[in-house]
Parts: sequence; structure tokens; C-alpha cells
Amino acid sequence: MTEEQHHITLHVNGVPRTATVPARRLLSDALRHDLGLTGTHAGCEHGVCGCCTVLLDGEPVRSCLLLAVTAQGAAIRTVEGLAGPDGALHPIQRAFAECHGLQCGFCTPGFLMTTAGLLDRSPAPTDGEIEESMAGNLCRCTGYQNITTSVRRAAELLAAGQGGDPAGPWAGEDPQEPVAEAPLAAGPYAPPPGGGVPGEARR
Amino acid sequence: MTTRVFGERVERREDPRLLRGEGRYLDDLGHDALEVAFVRSPHAHARVLDVDVTAALDVEGLVAIYTHEDLPGRLADPLPLLIPHPALTAPRTAHALAKDLVRHVGEPVVMVVAADRYLAEDAADRVRVTYEVLPPVVGLDRAEEVAAHLVQEVGDVDAALAAAPRTLELRLDIERSASTPLEGRGVYARWDADDQRLRVYSSTQTPTSVRFAVAAILGLPDSQVECVAPDVGGGFGVKIMHPWPEEVLVPWAARLLGREVKYTEDRREHFVAATHERAQEQHVRVGFDDDGRILALDVRFLHDHGAYTPYGIIVPIITSTQLPGPYVLPAYRVEFSSLYTNTVPVTPYRGAGRPQAAFCMERTVDRIAAELGLDRAEVRRRNIVQPEQMPYDLGLTFQDGRPAIYDSGDFPATLRMITDLIGWDDFPRRKAEAAAEGRRIGIGLACYVEGTGVGPYEGGHVQVEPNGRVNVSTGLSSQGQGHQTVFAQIVATELGVPMEDVHVVTGDTRRFGYAVGTFASRAAVMSGNAIALAARELRAKALRIAADALEASPDDLEIVEGIVRVKGSPDAAIPLRTVAVLSNPLRYSFSEESRAATQFSLPVRGGPPVPRGEAPGLEGRDYYSPERSTFANGMHAAIVEVDPETADVTILRYAVVHDCGNLINPMIVEGQIHGGVAQGVAGALYERMAYDEHGQLQNASFMDFLMPYATEVPHIEIAHLETPSPLNPLGIKGAGEAGVIPGSAVLAAAIEDATGVAIARMPVSPSELFELQGGSA
Ligand code: FES
Ligand code: FES
Repeated sequence: MTEEQHHITLHVNGVPRTATVPARRLLSDALRHDLGLTGTHAGCEHGVCGCCTVLLDGEPVRSCLLLAVTAQGAAIRTVEGLAGPDGALHPIQRAFAECHGLQCGFCTPGFLMTTAGLLDRSPAPTDGEIEESMAGNLCRCTGYQNITTSVRRAAELLAAGQGGDPAGPWAGEDPQEPVAEAPLAAGPYAPPPGGGVPGEARR
Repeated sequence: MTTRVFGERVERREDPRLLRGEGRYLDDLGHDALEVAFVRSPHAHARVLDVDVTAALDVEGLVAIYTHEDLPGRLADPLPLLIPHPALTAPRTAHALAKDLVRHVGEPVVMVVAADRYLAEDAADRVRVTYEVLPPVVGLDRAEEVAAHLVQEVGDVDAALAAAPRTLELRLDIERSASTPLEGRGVYARWDADDQRLRVYSSTQTPTSVRFAVAAILGLPDSQVECVAPDVGGGFGVKIMHPWPEEVLVPWAARLLGREVKYTEDRREHFVAATHERAQEQHVRVGFDDDGRILALDVRFLHDHGAYTPYGIIVPIITSTQLPGPYVLPAYRVEFSSLYTNTVPVTPYRGAGRPQAAFCMERTVDRIAAELGLDRAEVRRRNIVQPEQMPYDLGLTFQDGRPAIYDSGDFPATLRMITDLIGWDDFPRRKAEAAAEGRRIGIGLACYVEGTGVGPYEGGHVQVEPNGRVNVSTGLSSQGQGHQTVFAQIVATELGVPMEDVHVVTGDTRRFGYAVGTFASRAAVMSGNAIALAARELRAKALRIAADALEASPDDLEIVEGIVRVKGSPDAAIPLRTVAVLSNPLRYSFSEESRAATQFSLPVRGGPPVPRGEAPGLEGRDYYSPERSTFANGMHAAIVEVDPETADVTILRYAVVHDCGNLINPMIVEGQIHGGVAQGVAGALYERMAYDEHGQLQNASFMDFLMPYATEVPHIEIAHLETPSPLNPLGIKGAGEAGVIPGSAVLAAAIEDATGVAIARMPVSPSELFELQGGSA
């Protein structure tokens, strides 16, 4: 029994990455185990917890509900793509640190990417909008109060960054590759240090 | 002192890494490891007749398949009984892989190792197990087999009840729930044939104990086994259970195969193959006088222990001993039976028997108030222990085998604060106004006392490197409590160094060999104090060395921002990093800093370079072992609205007054309370393990088990009271579990107040509430 393998290219955080996977390989597993981007977590693998949320062409999606082969050619943004090239935290990340929006941190990448999707759509969300947007992600540690505070704070930091210094300390350089990317709330993406090397698949 | 960061809202040291996606949780490790899947019992009770692996053998990537017959030596024996107790007369633990019998759905029967998890599951699917299905026992009403029976009595309860002017009886029920961290269990092991060493990574709350268990069961010397808890994605109690079958099987296979092997639990497995808690049936008799003063309390309860008792009877013991809460009980008897059922075993889940205890006690006090037509806060006021009664001895034996004695607390002050915070006295007016609008709102109040910081001990090690870096380690592990931050706050304050210089490692037996674990709200109390003592030892040594160098008396020195200086004359100073250099007399130098400590640079004095009784290096190591637990306390109040049409419950306000002694980092303590309250709300309104009569868990997924989202958890208002514990050097008490404890009690009280319907079981769903109301609003 030898399973048919597919060669795919995923544009992750602005960098084309290739992998060889069977058709049934989940996108979450491909990111985590084929590309080594373990910041995306899997808490249920049935689409309820939101830990595996990534941006697919700018929209938050559950990477455990997608097959990696169906993401061929799509622009994917993961938590590893949030911080600037100099390692400076993205305003959303800073807000979560300031407001104690994480404890064990397992749900956190999902909340960060959901927040990125929200603030991209709606830079000044109402409390209702924030609660509604966050209500697809589970967190067992924080009781959510500090998460919603973090999202409000992130919106403030982004607004302040855009008002004063448009680039902001988090803004990176242009993507290395001319990949069509949906803009992220904070501005242009740059690959993380050391994380931007296109790699072959492990298996 | 400028570096006093103890007590400050310091941002967490662990966050930048976790926020970047650079956390290292169990499944982030071992990219090249073989992976494991288990064939688990689909039956709640059955005899295993035959295992046929033939069809699995041609699965691509298959490496090995194991059944109980393959297990050598102690690995074939039942897993350890972790906490024996004389009352646990019929203990029972599982085998690592089922031998003959399975006693709950999810019990591991066959272990499959393959190139990855997909392939391991392919092979596991093809293994055919033949069972003879036996009748299962599910639920306390069907349970008969007694694992343990224990009675504790203080005073003469029968006489006091007989003499009491009034008595009441209650029957209360709590259903099963579970810790349910978002990261499930996992274990990853590698055998280094060159070093002859086994390294085990486990998503555990007690790596030290996992290490000793693995060594004992695999027949290896302790010195050849090391265990590391990497980043752990939540624990809440379930990960204090150990060794799991998977925790011994994976290291065994890694050694046997000479390959890295990893097992990552999936969500369904976590529901059926980890552990649960909470289920109890309680029968209460209480005697009291016309003023509502309690004279005697007699509680009998049945505790559903599931299929096995590996963690002993800690949970029902805690229920028994924490039931009195803040109240004076002149006579108290508590009797429990732990019963076996064909369900997932029961081990502690955050709160560990205390939510049931608070539910029992607080429902009882509310019933007394109702019976007498008295205000519920007033009845509490009349019964609580007064500050001048501290230390207050309950006369009971706590979960650590030591006397339960409340060390400090000001319960009347806590009660005043909570009633002020929620606006208790003004509520009748609000309720009447709401009623006039056709709205039903209600208020509830619930109290608890929590024994925290149980022994036997924890240790701490603090070391200053010649470059000024301060390394701190302790053996217990972290699951999101911010230990790297709070322990750094303690060390920065004790030593007088900038917090950025302090680096904390937890849960790694390579760094600290002796520890107990993270549970029972004990990490800050136990390791916090041990680390403080270690830092004080280091400080004393630093002052001795610096005094020598500065030709001053140690008593005249202070350490500020990492500089040791003579008080009042800051020019006479020496950096702590230089003291670290001087502490270690050298023959060889590799750096500019260390030259000062080489043999031709140091002044020659009488005696050896390292005086007797001293050791090279600027280090301190100490242990904290308390005589008994320290007791935190708190009170919660909630206002709810119940929809007249749908019986839907909305929490309008939720207030917490909390006293865990001195606060190391209020931001982190509040975070712990938030998370605890969310689990309390979950247990009161949403979460239950829905077993059918066949022992099948009907809701073993996040689709069906209703874990609250942001939309279900109320905004939480918190006020702190800080009554230091006299028992430990830092005056602190545990805070990890507190938030969850009175959740069911306070919401039951508020719902009852809103609807006028007696609430005697939790959780309560809108449809159950609708039924209780007689099916009409
Ligand atoms: S892992 Fe994808 S939603 Fe839970
Ligand atoms: S921080 Fe632990 S699950 Fe959210």
C-alpha cells in the first residue's frame, strides 16, 4: 500500500515553500510537520477550538479543516509571520503581552490570527464585534476577559501607529517574493529571521 | 530598594516567545520521531479474547505493534497506586495495555508504532480485537463496588443534631466534568545508545515524578533517565496524573527500537482516555438554632471514582475537609464511599473536590436562611470564623495527612467587601424594579476556604554567572501560570538585581532533581519560598565575599541593581558579577572578567582558596517544606437574569473577593481568577460528561461538550484582600484553583433567587431549568 504523493507549493508568510504530501494531509499538519512552522497549534482537529487559525488569502480559516493540497498556490499567513524582521513584536502581539491575554499560550496563535483578520476588516471594532469575532476560539486558561481587552488594545496600538509613524516599529520590508498577499492590518509582511528559507518537505 | 518588583504588575517573561509562535509544546518536538496510535476499547466492560494484527502488517510505514503479552517485567504489572490510604481498601489501577479485561471505553489495548500518526492510525484501524462484552456499571445510582470508605467526625454529631431546635435535610448532585486543557497529553522519548540515557519529554505537571516512575518501571537507574516538561498547553489537574500508560510505553518502545518515538493525544482520546472529576451525590443533615447558627452538620456522599483509583482518594478527602468553608461547625461528621463505575477514572481537576464541597455547604446555608426567612449574607455573618479565632483548627486530617488549621484570614472583612462590591443591600430594590419590567433577576453569594501549598517540599537553586546572569531553577513545572515571571520577581527582589538578568527554568530534571509537582495551588507557595530561601543564602555568601574584597563588614553592605555597595558610601562597591568571579578561584582564565580570580591575581591569605564549609561558585540551594498547608479564602457573588420564556441564564455581574496573602504579581493572580471563574461558570451551566447506560461517552468532542467561548463568560470584577500567611517567609498563599471553587454554588443561589425554584443539582441547562419550573415561566 503506497499512498500517492503530491508536490505542492504553499506561499507561507510571503515565502514559497514546497512539500510532498498525500492528499489527506491536513494543512495544519503540513504547516507544522512538513514546513516546521509549529506556531500553528491543533487543539481539536475538528474545527471547533480555533487554535489552528491561519490567514488564507487574508481570511481567518481553520487549517485543520483544510487539506494541504487544496491550499496549493494560496497565500497563507501564520503566527510566525506577525513579528517584524528585526524580531519586534507586532502591535497585536504587544497588546496581548500588555493585557495578559495569554497564559499557557496554546490557544494564542489562533487568537492572534483571528484578531489580525478582524482588525484588517474592521480597524476600529465595537466591543460586540470583538466578542463575536473571538467567539469561535476556545481558551481554557484566561476566561477571555484579558483577550478581549487585548484586542481592543491592539486596535488602539495599530491606530496610533498609523497616525504617527505609518510604518511603525513592526513594519517589515517588502516580501522577498512577488506573491500576491492580502494586506495585514499592520502593513507589509516580512519573513521572520531565519524562517524565510524555502525548504523541501521532510517526508 | 529600586529592584523591588515583588508585588508589581510585571509583564510576563514567557510571553514574547509564546506570542511569536516559538513555544515548544510536546508535539512541536521530535520532527523525525516515529509516532504512536492506540487501539482503544470500544466497550465499557469487556473481556479481551483475541487480538489479530494480520491485516495491519502490510500497512506502509508500520514499525511495531505491541499488546500486553509483549510487555516485559514491571511494565506488565498494574501501574502504580500513587497515593495509598488505609481507607482505600480495594485499590485498582490499570495495566499499561489491557490484560484480559477492559473497564472503560478508551482503555488502551494495542500500541502501534509507525512512520507517522496517519500511518499508525491506518494500522490501528486494521487490528481486530475480539471482546466478550460484559454488563457495565454507569452512574452512581447503579454503582455498588466500594473502593474506599472514610468517616471523619468532630464533636458528637448525633447528640448535637438531636438537641438542635431545627433540622433540615438536603440531597445534592454534581455531574462529571474534566480539566480539558487545549493541549492534550503527549510524550516523546529518545534513547541515546552512546550515552546510555533515556530522555523523556512529557506534557506533565510533574516531570520529576514521571522520571522516577519511568526509571522504576523500565528497570533503569534513576541516573540514566531524565524528564523534561516542555511548554505545557494547560493542565488544570489532569496532567498531575502519572505515569499514564503512554508515559511508560513510549519510552520503552524508544529504547527497544533505538528510535525516537512520540505520542500526541487527540481530542477524542483526551475525553475517553485521560481522566475526569466532580461527580458526587451528597446527603446532608444540618441542625441549627432560630438565629440560623449551625449546631451540627452531617454529610454523607458518594463519589464516582470511575474504573480505577491510581491517584488514591485525594478528591473525596479534599471534599470532606474543605466542606466546612469559613464556618464554625460545633459538630461535623463527613462520610464518603468511593465507588467504581465503568467510566474514565477520576483524578483531580482544578478545585479537586472543593467545588463540590462549596456547593454542599453553601446550598445548606442558603436553605437555612430560606427556612428562617433571614438574609443569606446575615446567616453567613453569624456563622463565620472570626479573625481572633485564628489559627482555627478544624480537627480534621487534610489531604497531606496533616491537620487542617486555618492559618490566617479575615472572613468578616471578606464578607463586607463582597456585599459592598456587588451591592447586596441594594439588590432587593433592583430586583423589584426588574420584576416590574417583567424581568427575573436574582443574586447569590458563596464562600470558600482553600487549603493551598501542600507539602512535602519544593526546592530552588539560584546561581550568578561571572557575566551577571542569574540562573534560577526549580523542579516543578509550568502550565501557563507565569512561573518564569513570578520566580524572577522573587529573585530580583531578594537579591537586588534587575529582573532582566534573572532566567528561570522549571520542570527539567537535568536542572533540578528533587521536586513534587504543580498542583493544589502550591507552586508559588512551595517553589516561591524555596527560591527565596535559596536567593537569601546566595545573598549572604555574596556579602561575605564582597565584604572581604571591600574590607567592610557584611552587615554594612547592600545590593542595589546588581551592585554590592557599602551602605551610605556608594563608591565602595563591587558588581555582583565580580563577586561571582571571586567566588570561584581559578587556575585557568578564558575571559577578561575571570582574570581576577586566577591564582596569581587573588591575594594569598591563610587557609585554602576555598575555605572549609564554603563551595566554589556563587550559588544558593534551599528547600521549603511546610509544617502544614496554608489556607486562602474568598467569596463570590453573582447577579443573573433568567429568561421567562426560555429559562436561558445570563450572568449580569460576577464579583470576586479573594485573599491569597501577599500578591507576587496581581496581574497574574487576576488572570488565574478569570480562568478559574470561567471553569466555574462552565461547570454550573454548560459542561458535563454525558455517558449513556452502555458507558459510551456521548459528547466526546468539542462540538458536543459545551466549553464556554468568550460569549459565555461574564466580565469579572475583583477585589483583593491581603492577609499574609504566617507560615512561610513570603507570607503567600496559593491562588491557582480559587476561581473555580464557588462557581456552581454562587450560580445555583442566584438562579434560585431569580426563579424561586430550588436548585439542587449542577450543571443546570436551560431545558432542565424550564422543566424544574414546571415547564412554564
Ligand atoms: S484544531 Fe482546528 S479548530 Fe481545533
Ligand atoms: S492561554 Fe491556555 S488555552 Fe488560552
